[in-house]
Amino acid sequence: MSSWTLVLVASGLAYVTKLAGYLVPESWVEGPRRSRVLTLLPVALLAGLVAIQTFGGDGGSLHVDARLAAVAAAILLLLLRANFLVVVIGAAAVAAGLRALGWG
Amino acid sequence: MSTTAPDAEGEGPREGAHPAYTGMEPSTRKAVLRQSLSVGIATGAYGISFGALGVASGLSILQTVALSALLFSGGSQFALVGILGAGGTGSAAVATSTLLGVRNGLYGLQTSRILHVRGLRRLLAAQVTIDESTAVAVGQEHRAEGRLGFWVTGIAVYVFWNLMTLIGALAGNALGDPQRWGLDAAAAAAFTALLWPRLRSRDAAATMVLAVAIALLTSPLLPVGVPVILTVLAAVVIGLSGGGRHEPPTEDPELDDDEFREGVPS
Repeated sequence: MSSWTLVLVASGLAYVTKLAGYLVPESWVEGPRRSRVLTLLPVALLAGLVAIQTFGGDGGSLHVDARLAAVAAAILLLLLRANFLVVVIGAAAVAAGLRALGWG
Repeated sequence: MSTTAPDAEGEGPREGAHPAYTGMEPSTRKAVLRQSLSVGIATGAYGISFGALGVASGLSILQTVALSALLFSGGSQFALVGILGAGGTGSAAVATSTLLGVRNGLYGLQTSRILHVRGLRRLLAAQVTIDESTAVAVGQEHRAEGRLGFWVTGIAVYVFWNLMTLIGALAGNALGDPQRWGLDAAAAAAFTALLWPRLRSRDAAATMVLAVAIALLTSPLLPVGVPVILTVLAAVVIGLSGGGRHEPPTEDPELDDDEFREGVPS
């Protein structure tokens, strides 16, 4: 498919997926168990994203590099109750610094 | 957005009244706004890396910007251009992007309970239902704060993400390797920071551990994008098995969502 077809199809599917979450009847998500699953859902997906963004490489291979040090720095900053922006910039700086020194 | 607090009439807004039934106190409102804007700016900042990677993958500047405006889901966008840049097929790229986007639909299940939107507003809310807006909305104690956080975060991320995508695409190769600037690590750190405040309960911590294990163990075996979707299993397993851990199943204070369920016709 052409690049524009690809961009538009991917965007259309993404939007339909987003909207579907709003069209599901509310009764589907009632009850303590379902509610708990839904509450934990973003926790699971965000944790998965952290793992993949930290270790993931080409074709799903796993690597330890400067990103791990950056996430460790982020956790340290979070423990120190740093602001979101400080956490993100601090982590990027750690990764950039390590790479400038020739690691990761 | 007009936030009409239930029971607001008849009793003037006064400080110290029951927080669930009044408008937000100015300090709370300010805190939500500050959080939302900093999430928007921080997330937008790594839109630069998407813009640069998009152009590097062979898409035009306009196509790269169109992805941020129309697709508007960072994980899906990075997956799409990553696979294209690595020489993958268009259908593989679209499939992976869509699989990664399924979580937005799942987020919509949660945010729809906080927002209660209809018509055009629902169509707009759907477009800005992403990791960041959901995380900020669900992370608030009360529904009014959740709504404010959702919209301000969603719109702030949208504006900054698109702006930075354009800048990144224009800068293109001039920026050089985005990794040199640690922009890939910034994405990981942003997800960490979004996850952080949600790890207050033991169930959440257990879900996180299980999800990380699932993602890492399956990553080498499955197509890119699938491991993240599979982490849904962690939420299902922990969510269905938990409950009686602290107190009787009818009243679970860990379940913040009870706040959001007030006023929902059953």
